[in-house]
Amino acid sequence: MTPQSSFMVLGAIDRGREAELRRLLASMNDAPGQVDAGNAFRDFENLHFARLLIIEDTTREDIEAYGLPPRSYPTYLAFLGDVDGDGDEFLEDAARRASKGLREIFACCEGFIESTDLVAWMKAHRTPSAADYVNWRGRTVRSARENAALYERLQRYIDDNAGALADLPPQAAHATLQQFVQAEQSAGRLALTPENPTPFGWTIANLLHLIGVPLVLLLASPLLLIIGAVFLVRLRSLEKSDLELCQRVEQSHSDALALIEDHDVTNQFSALGGVKPGVVRLWTLSFVLLIIDYAARHLYTRGRLARVRTIHFARWVWLDNRRRVIFLSNYDGSLESYMDDFINKVGFGLNVVFGNGMGYPRTNWLLIDGCKDERKFKEYLRRHQLPTQVWYKAYPGLTAVDLERNARIREGIESRAMSEAEAREWIAKL
Amino acid sequence: MTRSQIEYDDTQGLVRFGFGALTEACYVLARVRSVAAARSWLHLAPVTSAVELDQAPATALQVAFTAPGLAALGVAPSVIAGFSHEFVSGMTEPSRSRRLGDVGSDAPAQWEWGTSTTVPHLVVMFFAKAQRLEGLMKDLMGSGWNEAFDELQRLHTGDLEGHEPFGFRDGISQPEIDWEQSYEPLGPHVTYGNRVALGEFLLGYRNEYGKYTDRPLIDADAASEGLPSAEDAPNKKDVGRNGTYFVLRQLRQDVRGFWQFIVNQAGGNFAQAEMIGAAMVGRGANGDPLAAIQAEKIAGIEQEPEVIARNQFTFDADALGVRCPIGAHIRRTNPRNTDYVGRPDALKRLIAMLGFGQNGLRDDLTSSVRFHRILRRGREYGPGLSPQDALAPAPPGEAERGLHFACLNANISRQFEFLQNAWTMNSKFSALTGENDPVVGNRQAITGCPVTGRFTIPASGRLRRRMSGLPPFVTVRGGAYFFLPGLRALRYFTGAMR
Repeated sequence: MTPQSSFMVLGAIDRGREAELRRLLASMNDAPGQVDAGNAFRDFENLHFARLLIIEDTTREDIEAYGLPPRSYPTYLAFLGDVDGDGDEFLEDAARRASKGLREIFACCEGFIESTDLVAWMKAHRTPSAADYVNWRGRTVRSARENAALYERLQRYIDDNAGALADLPPQAAHATLQQFVQAEQSAGRLALTPENPTPFGWTIANLLHLIGVPLVLLLASPLLLIIGAVFLVRLRSLEKSDLELCQRVEQSHSDALALIEDHDVTNQFSALGGVKPGVVRLWTLSFVLLIIDYAARHLYTRGRLARVRTIHFARWVWLDNRRRVIFLSNYDGSLESYMDDFINKVGFGLNVVFGNGMGYPRTNWLLIDGCKDERKFKEYLRRHQLPTQVWYKAYPGLTAVDLERNARIREGIESRAMSEAEAREWIAKL
Repeated sequence: MTRSQIEYDDTQGLVRFGFGALTEACYVLARVRSVAAARSWLHLAPVTSAVELDQAPATALQVAFTAPGLAALGVAPSVIAGFSHEFVSGMTEPSRSRRLGDVGSDAPAQWEWGTSTTVPHLVVMFFAKAQRLEGLMKDLMGSGWNEAFDELQRLHTGDLEGHEPFGFRDGISQPEIDWEQSYEPLGPHVTYGNRVALGEFLLGYRNEYGKYTDRPLIDADAASEGLPSAEDAPNKKDVGRNGTYFVLRQLRQDVRGFWQFIVNQAGGNFAQAEMIGAAMVGRGANGDPLAAIQAEKIAGIEQEPEVIARNQFTFDADALGVRCPIGAHIRRTNPRNTDYVGRPDALKRLIAMLGFGQNGLRDDLTSSVRFHRILRRGREYGPGLSPQDALAPAPPGEAERGLHFACLNANISRQFEFLQNAWTMNSKFSALTGENDPVVGNRQAITGCPVTGRFTIPASGRLRRRMSGLPPFVTVRGGAYFFLPGLRALRYFTGAMR
């Protein structure tokens, strides 16, 4: 099993070169925000998603509304992606194979000059995630593509041989399809590459994390309980008075975002927000993100983030000394259905995270209400959303559920024998 | 709230009635020619309210406006900006067209009306009993109409006696509006219900989230004095209250293409073709559902034998789609599910909420339907054509036929657009792939998926059957988002309150 990891290279844009950078990024696309089909990302067989994003400081208004001293943040360029294997190794590989393009892009960042060592610079500018979510641990780009090819090949075979296959009982149908796939593999028309062994170091690290985090929390629990109680009292009073900033967004802002959406069944989402002032909010958010990261790493590794099944990858990243957070995700369907899923299925989870963000609709006991005020929540999200300049997806047209179905079909193809009930369930996926 | 307080007298009748007894109707799409004349015509127009009369009326009149239409009438931009984003930016905004599936031959550039210079300002809907329509229109358009408006189109309607042009019984399933606001929308809901919060269909009332939808709230002044106050902001006047959004789309139906395709699929066997048609729709031509009728009552489904036989069902017992295919039209447009799968108790709900309840491929995949209901008010147009006659080639110059699809909803993006985008046009609906709605789907390729014209018919304990190469049977010819105001708001728009 090859574990996935995320990377994000973050650099401050040289103000004088922002316009040039925007033109350069736009030239990589064939539709607004959509990287063109012949792009260099495609050459990387382990790259699931990637984006180039200009992070403008859109939090100033919120900071002022909260009565905090104004801060001026740089405009950043973020290059981020989700890969099979190690993030640093990917950056090294990228520097080897796409040096010219990357140098041209990063040359628009402060401190990047002709003699800069690209790999060292990218590594030095890597910004880690506070929490990472992967839809399906171990599903590589290669397996996603191979499984999709397997699915389509099986579909064609079943369609072409409908007469002969229609009356086969489940187990016989399974066996027939298995034989067909084996024949296709032998003839070199289908490839189903076996998984790589799980890196030993990763297994150990993951195990230590699995045990270590609860252990530390358990040891610290007497202290945490006291802090927790104090925090809860404080948060309860804060959440009653914290400012809501959910006014309608400008039509031009929502139209500009919509322009780059719904070109594929999957969309990108980037949202930037300021953390509410005070140490209580900061620590609460840090703790919540720790829990989310833990849950995503050890519990939600097979296609579901709580009830949501449409997120391919997601991450939360601290910016500017934990004063701001950026949330980045790749999800299936339109933004409207994404937000509805959020509200109706994981409202509690959203509230406990984003409730610490400036302007979020009012929560009740941290978990309740908040996003249930649909209108305010949708305006809040749109207000904090940033347009992504360049976006890449390795498997156009495939949703996370497609990938899951294809993987389950492959599991069936590769399992020696099935009970009648298992075979019934399996053929219903075809 | 007691019944007497329901503001039927301030609500246009179309929200409450389909005017089914008024079998003739014409929707006139127009642009404002003279503001003063338009206001005065609208002021005098006898717009029908939702009050139930002792004697059913012989005629009815309804009006609705697009955002440019409100501007043309002189409504302040700040007021218009208070309506929802989708109403303000309109049906043909490019990203919206992608979401609605209005691309390729359905793209706005191909439309007869509703794009650039053919965007209507308003639609005036005339309804009448048989033989009365012409007289009604003549009477009402007699004075001042021509000075007031430039007509873009007259959308004529026909009456196929409760059937849509392909020949299937239509308009069977509608949500029941909770006019009395007696039902508690706040969840969790574990059983499917057909009663829906008033705020899903009228602005200014609480919706399924117990909240209010976007609409303009303005300061009280001389002009707005006659408007109702906002429930959630009593010092503001509510321009939206008792009004709603009216979505109108002209859908051309290729009735010959439809029947010729499925009879061909059935190898010429007409009885089998009818079965295929039923699988595609999810109901037989007579309206009987393929899903099994349940004994248990469903809230908001009347206990009349005919209603029970057609509507007292869900798809819960047919998770694999063996009786009614997953992708069938009525299963896409109303999956009849609810907030949680399998009626969990509080503990199981908690487990489900954390994502550990369901593990099947299709489990819990479809959004709870109560947030996505629409009130359908469509009428068919063009001459009727029986399935048998449809097998013959079209005579030269044959008249177009189809449906003037119309629906009412308080939140266009969460109701009509969601339904269209996530359910009917979505080739990934409920873990399917490569197929959009077998009846109304556009068959347009999407990125990475060249094919959307399959239709899968699951079989019990056997490999699915599948039809491929479904052509589009429906083409969009025009469309727009309108606001169907309450009657006081209409007077406000026409300046009569000034």
